[in-house]
Amino acid sequence: MLARLRREFDIADLVLYLIGLGLLIAIVYGSIVTLSSGKYTTAQWLNFIIFGLAQGGIYALIALGYTMVYGILGMINFAHGEFFMMGSFGAFFTTAALAEMGFLERNPILSILLMMVVAMTVSAAVAVLSERIAYRPLRRAPRLVPLITAIGVSYFLQYTARGLFGSSVKAFPNIPALSGAVQLGPIAIQRSQIAVFVVVALMLLSLYFIVQRTKVGRAIRSVAEDKDAAALMGVDVDRTIALTFLIGGIMAGAAGVMYGIVFRQASFWMGFVPGLKAFTAAVLGGIGNIAGAVLGGISLGVVESIGPSLFLDGLGIAAPHQLKDAIAFTVLVLILIFRPTGLLGERLSKRA
Amino acid sequence: MTLLIARNIKKRFGGLQALTTLDVTVEPKSIHSVIGPNGAGKTTFFNCLTGFYKPEEGEILFEGRAIQGMPPDRVASRGISRTYQNIRLFSNVTVLENVLVGMHRHLHTGWFGAVIRPPTVRREEVAANDEAMRILKFVDLDKKADFVAKNLPYGEQRRLEIARALASKPTLILLDEPTAGMNPKETEDTTDLIRRLRDDLGITVLLIEHDMKVVMNISDLITVLDFGKKIAEGDSLAIRSDTHVIEAYLGRGAATGDSYGAKTPAKTEA
Amino acid sequence: MKSDRPFTLVDAAKLGLYGGISAILISLVGMTAAFAKTAIIADLLTMAQVLIYGLAFMVGFVVVGRAARGSRGLALPAGALASAVTMLSLSLLALLIGAVNLRTIFTNATAELANLILPGETSGLAGALLLTGAGAAVGLVAWLLTFVPTRIRNGLFGGIAAVVLFGLMQDVLVPILPKSVDDFLFESKGLTWVGAVVVFVLFFILSYLYAMRSQVRISRLDKLPPQQRQIARFAFTLVALIILTLLPRILGPFLSEVANQVGFYIIMALGLNVVVGFAGMLDLGYVAFYAIGAYTMAVLTTPELPIMREILPQLTFWEALPFAVGAALLAGILLGIPVLKTRGDYLAIITLGFGEIIRLLVLSDALKPFLGGAQGITGVGRPKIDDFTATNPQQFYYLILVAIVVAWFITSRLKSSRLGRSWMAIREDEDVAAAMSINLVGYKLLAFATGATLAGLSGALFASKLGSMVPASFNVLVSINVLAVLIVGGMGSLPGAVVGAIVLIGLPELLREFNEFRWWVYGAVLVFMMLNKPEGLWPEATRVRELHEAEAEHTHVDDDASPTAPATA
Ligand SMILES: Nc1ncnc2c1ncn2[C@@H]1O[C@H](COP(=O)(O)OP(=O)(O)O)[C@@H](O)[C@H]1O
Ligand SMILES: [Mg+2]
Repeated sequence: MLARLRREFDIADLVLYLIGLGLLIAIVYGSIVTLSSGKYTTAQWLNFIIFGLAQGGIYALIALGYTMVYGILGMINFAHGEFFMMGSFGAFFTTAALAEMGFLERNPILSILLMMVVAMTVSAAVAVLSERIAYRPLRRAPRLVPLITAIGVSYFLQYTARGLFGSSVKAFPNIPALSGAVQLGPIAIQRSQIAVFVVVALMLLSLYFIVQRTKVGRAIRSVAEDKDAAALMGVDVDRTIALTFLIGGIMAGAAGVMYGIVFRQASFWMGFVPGLKAFTAAVLGGIGNIAGAVLGGISLGVVESIGPSLFLDGLGIAAPHQLKDAIAFTVLVLILIFRPTGLLGERLSKRA
Repeated sequence: MTLLIARNIKKRFGGLQALTTLDVTVEPKSIHSVIGPNGAGKTTFFNCLTGFYKPEEGEILFEGRAIQGMPPDRVASRGISRTYQNIRLFSNVTVLENVLVGMHRHLHTGWFGAVIRPPTVRREEVAANDEAMRILKFVDLDKKADFVAKNLPYGEQRRLEIARALASKPTLILLDEPTAGMNPKETEDTTDLIRRLRDDLGITVLLIEHDMKVVMNISDLITVLDFGKKIAEGDSLAIRSDTHVIEAYLGRGAATGDSYGAKTPAKTEA
Repeated sequence: MKSDRPFTLVDAAKLGLYGGISAILISLVGMTAAFAKTAIIADLLTMAQVLIYGLAFMVGFVVVGRAARGSRGLALPAGALASAVTMLSLSLLALLIGAVNLRTIFTNATAELANLILPGETSGLAGALLLTGAGAAVGLVAWLLTFVPTRIRNGLFGGIAAVVLFGLMQDVLVPILPKSVDDFLFESKGLTWVGAVVVFVLFFILSYLYAMRSQVRISRLDKLPPQQRQIARFAFTLVALIILTLLPRILGPFLSEVANQVGFYIIMALGLNVVVGFAGMLDLGYVAFYAIGAYTMAVLTTPELPIMREILPQLTFWEALPFAVGAALLAGILLGIPVLKTRGDYLAIITLGFGEIIRLLVLSDALKPFLGGAQGITGVGRPKIDDFTATNPQQFYYLILVAIVVAWFITSRLKSSRLGRSWMAIREDEDVAAAMSINLVGYKLLAFATGATLAGLSGALFASKLGSMVPASFNVLVSINVLAVLIVGGMGSLPGAVVGAIVLIGLPELLREFNEFRWWVYGAVLVFMMLNKPEGLWPEATRVRELHEAEAEHTHVDDDASPTAPATA
């Protein structure tokens, strides 16, 4: 036993585990301090959680695109956050136009549907075009090349949006049907959050149906399994990959609408942080795994929402909510180090 | 003293039991062949020995010391080096540089040495270069030292892989199908080279080989694997007449002439 | 990849359409309007025109080339059609702007833009027709150029490029050149008519001569015996050093400032080159080490931050420098250990995550008493020798130059050593490297820490030069910037890092109008380079081989014939 320990001992592992242990102790200690101080009421905690769930639902929608592309190409599509951003702009211009015509007030449901359609179309179009122009020629390139290309696409799209739409933050018009809250016992749920729950659930169900039950889904799964084998079986690999980007884009577009409804703003840089977080969610759930992306998105949303109050506050850190993003990124780092296969981890492909 | 003892090795991939309770003992300065149909677990066995896979169970003793579970670089620094079934050279650098990387464990230059480059480091580099050229001469590649590895013809790439493995002055060298894809002339040369490894350099060779002529010709001992199990062991005479072996091969209907199974490298490879 | 189907007019129209879409995009993001303010030749040619007509010309030129491969007769109609389609698409945009209000969505879709796009004083349908016709004419020119001998054609291109560059750099050149030359070449905005012709002719001749002589010179240098080659190289280094020493005097304060900026990036690029270029690890959180170097320098030397002053004494620049570099090194090791356990793509993401965490921490109120929060830190120490304090960019230049030389020396020595070989092995195949008894984590850590140290050095100099700093200088764009520098210059190549920094950092600083579109162009350049020239502008021999592997596999079928190019290691 001791001999085995000595043989497999690695100083790097030791440092890692010490860091992990330190963080764990800090989190537990901070949480205990906060909880015993009774600074927040139960209703407040529940509100944090509901906000986290809504936020997490948006992450989940974006994360699906990362996970599906990774599953099929083994590539991190760095630009995926930008697909989401483009969709959000599509939603913004639609609502702005509808609000001006007064249509938004009269037909809120139809308006939201229209926003969704436009946003999804924009995101999906950008996604498919990016794949066609930038990624497809690189199928057999050394692994750094597509990754760097994706970074390039990301910046190109960000600054295209800046050039086209201006650098200011666009404020979404108020959607009367979605403002205000519904009282549910002690907690008040924002109507916009309810809308997010409904839309996210519908999107996830349809995705599940597509991937599991349709021919397209079978093609996607077979290409993800083994491209060459799928090609031999008569699956059009290029078309299937394009379809994957299309579906990922559609999900990102829906996320763009949801983000607009909850946060009521769009800007050219809005894709970066949610994109990185959605990637975190995808890894957290187990990249390549669709159910994992959903689980990861929701867990990340909740952790990020309750984290600052729960343990940072307890540790006596000033202005803990500024560090909300830092929590998400710490989760990213920890997951990549300690459990790169994620919560529902499948075997990682050799490339990872 | 035996050089390598692998006892009771088990390795599983998901539902597939790639190695089941495998026992192999390798004597020093011998050529020990491992044969068996495709997918029998030969390459997996090599990967377990070199630390790329961690067997779930079992013990590996090299020169009397346990090495199972060790990371690959530490196994390598004990004096085990290998070649790969599908050639894995550093294909974009020169032949000489490939061999120099192989010498890593016998060189000592660290960060400061590399930057300041004192006389000791210069001498080390010169000596390393000479040694590398000597090794290249041994495999008859010295005239191609400046070629980019991937521009070498196939047979020479295989020899370069052997040269790179030799550069670490190993006690035990693992060769995974070194003659795969070679023409008869190249195969003959390589057979000769393998023999010289043992006779001239005193290196122990553990050899996976599909070409039965080669195996029967040079092996001191042959171990036959099938479905991750050892089904026979002995010298070439014993193996040739072993009923289990004939069954294992003929049962798969793959016996053609004196080579067995497909010659193309298997697709799954670590 | 290229199909064998013959090239048709439909293909030409399609390529023309792509060109048109690009032109529309360029106009809608605002480049056309911004560049219309930059006169190349006074009252005759603006940069916007160069851009649009240049694009149409390029489309035509490419199409003519492709069509001519099929049949000569097709070349002219194809080229003219393609360029015309490009211009037609653009004029449709102008018409559309006139008809509908696009401004609610596209901020740049103004009536002014429509006027700029359509030639001269024309407007409406007439203008559109004229522009399309101009497109066809441009295509015709592209076709005619195929009959011109290559050398003369290169001369023409060289001459035109020089005129454009002179026009763009007017603000930069005027203070440097003697007054009489200025008056001859430039008007208040743009080159004079005569000046443009003189520049064109001069550079036409120069490029013509260069094309003729360059081959001769290279082969001659190769033929020299090693001894003399070494002498030649030494002489070259000496001359370069002398020029570099005199440079700030020649450049003046403004250009020296730009040189400083370029210098910071050269140091960082040389450092990141070790990580990405040598060892093949994509580090997107590189800015973290730059920030750590800068912050250590600032925190140790500023008279502000009373809390820090209670813990630590206030140091001078020279005392703080080793700590700043050391802090970056330490951070490199500490962050490196967890990061390097991961492989490939994950490494990129995890470093990005770390970079963001550090930025958020620096910005937070929680650490404000120690690091200054969002307001940053002022009063950073300046380098002082006896009574002399370096404050302006011309003085800082020398300090940065020394740092670059040190960084160059270290990285070039590392590259051609046992470490460099080990990194190469890790880059090419981690598993095999491990089987050669290379300790992966150990060697990756060495690369990571070396890179971090150089970033820290750059950051420390940056903080001191600026004298004050804000956390906004340390966002992820810096990491991307450095990466872009490496990619454009050529991954793994030291001269490439320098060339890349000059092109990507220096040029945008000089071309103010361009600065706004810098990131947009970077994104496009990254994609373009990865698709077409992944080895960079100044590649290293190995990289060319590595990245064009796929093509090479097709070309050397005749394996047994002696390979044509023994490597120059
Ligand atoms: N990394 C792996 N993951 C899953 N299965 C593997 C892996 N490596 C090998 N195998 C499987 O183990 C079995 C033995 O393979 P291998 O050792 O390569 O056979 P061979 O005797 O031809 O060298 C094969 O069925 C192969 O598919
Ligand atoms: Mg095998």
